[in-house]
Amino acid sequence: MSRGAEQTAAVSRPLGEPRPRGTPRGPAIELADLRRDFGDLPALSGVSLRLAAGQSLAVLGPNGSGKSTLLRILAGLLRPSGGAVSVLGCSLPKQTYRLRGRVGYLGHEPLLYRDLTPRENLALVAALHGIEAERRIDELLEAVRMSHRADDRVAELSAGMRQRIDICRAVLHQPELLLLDEPDAHLDADARRLIEPLIATGPSRTRVVVSHDREAATAAADAVLELR
Amino acid sequence: MTAYAALLRKDLRVELRTLRSLPAMALFAVTTFVIFRFGLDRESLEGELAAGVLVATLLFAALLAINRLFVAEREEGGFELVRLAPIDRTVLFAAKASALVIYLLALELVAVPIFALFFLDSAEGLIPLALILLLANVGLAATGTVISTIATMSSARDLLAPLILLPLLVPLVIATAGAGEHLLAADGPDYGRFGTWLALLGLYDSIFLLVGYATFDFLLED
Repeated sequence: MSRGAEQTAAVSRPLGEPRPRGTPRGPAIELADLRRDFGDLPALSGVSLRLAAGQSLAVLGPNGSGKSTLLRILAGLLRPSGGAVSVLGCSLPKQTYRLRGRVGYLGHEPLLYRDLTPRENLALVAALHGIEAERRIDELLEAVRMSHRADDRVAELSAGMRQRIDICRAVLHQPELLLLDEPDAHLDADARRLIEPLIATGPSRTRVVVSHDREAATAAADAVLELR
Repeated sequence: MTAYAALLRKDLRVELRTLRSLPAMALFAVTTFVIFRFGLDRESLEGELAAGVLVATLLFAALLAINRLFVAEREEGGFELVRLAPIDRTVLFAAKASALVIYLLALELVAVPIFALFFLDSAEGLIPLALILLLANVGLAATGTVISTIATMSSARDLLAPLILLPLLVPLVIATAGAGEHLLAADGPDYGRFGTWLALLGLYDSIFLLVGYATFDFLLED
């Protein structure tokens, strides 16, 4: 939300044909009058929404409107300054510890060690999440057509390749909630098609996508949150 | 593989691949010995002067690694990876402190023999001194890891780490140099107060390991 703005609107809207979903459950995300300040500067204020499990939310807005801040709050990486935040049944920030390992977060910058290879990065994340994922790592690398560069250092990869690896990193532990900050960034049309199935919603997966591409984001979303 | 082992292996792998800390530490130590050799205009050192030169050199060389300890975590998202994972965050503290102990051991494997070559008439005191240095490494790593975490969050990282760390290391320096003074005495090692220095270092290590364990979780908060 830009400085000086007072209210942020949350609009839910159904989209055409409903996608096949599992049994509807409680809300995956519930925000009531969420506020986040950086010093005296309000980054977010008055954000309220309710997103059901298995749904996809598109977050739109101009630069500096607080989209990335919202995503970091939902991931438990930033504390809200005010309001109520519930994610996957965990009240934040008090129950952030219960949320760990259940969220797949794709930030603006890739969370990858530049001096490790993609395979080593993914193996590290698997170890942090306590999962044996050797086979899944191979499958993910193949799915994003990165097997041939799996043993090169991340520093040697292009921005688009890093983005593909970072998406593999975000979905490696099969999270219930995906928080994606411009997942299409640096990707060409072919790469976008490759990552689509990896970041799709499903009966047991909710998704929040920050995007600047209004048309594509709203077409793929069950609800839209417009930040100003 | 446990999260601890994975994080430690990552740090060691990156260091072996990039050689960002260890060569700089070793080079700094050797250069400092050369400067002391000519600055003091002495061909041999013993007692408190020998211990002081060795401990001060190792300490300042260690600062190079401590300053860099969390750079990748900050710049490449390592803090976020740990905060998003279902693990106790003190695992990162344990892994980083362990990595630092390994760096310090590697430094000492190079620096102590060169120190002996430059300054000591007898290497007899070096074996008991190794035990003292090992305990000092643990304390330095525990304190250095906590302070490096705090400094990394600041834009004045290079200034902040030594500024906060060095005063906290005074007891450790006193104990290490005190033990070294007797072990590197001109007439051979004196074990009279060896146990006292060991106990003091053990106490220092325990306190700062506990401080790190108790505070690290909060240090990673936004």
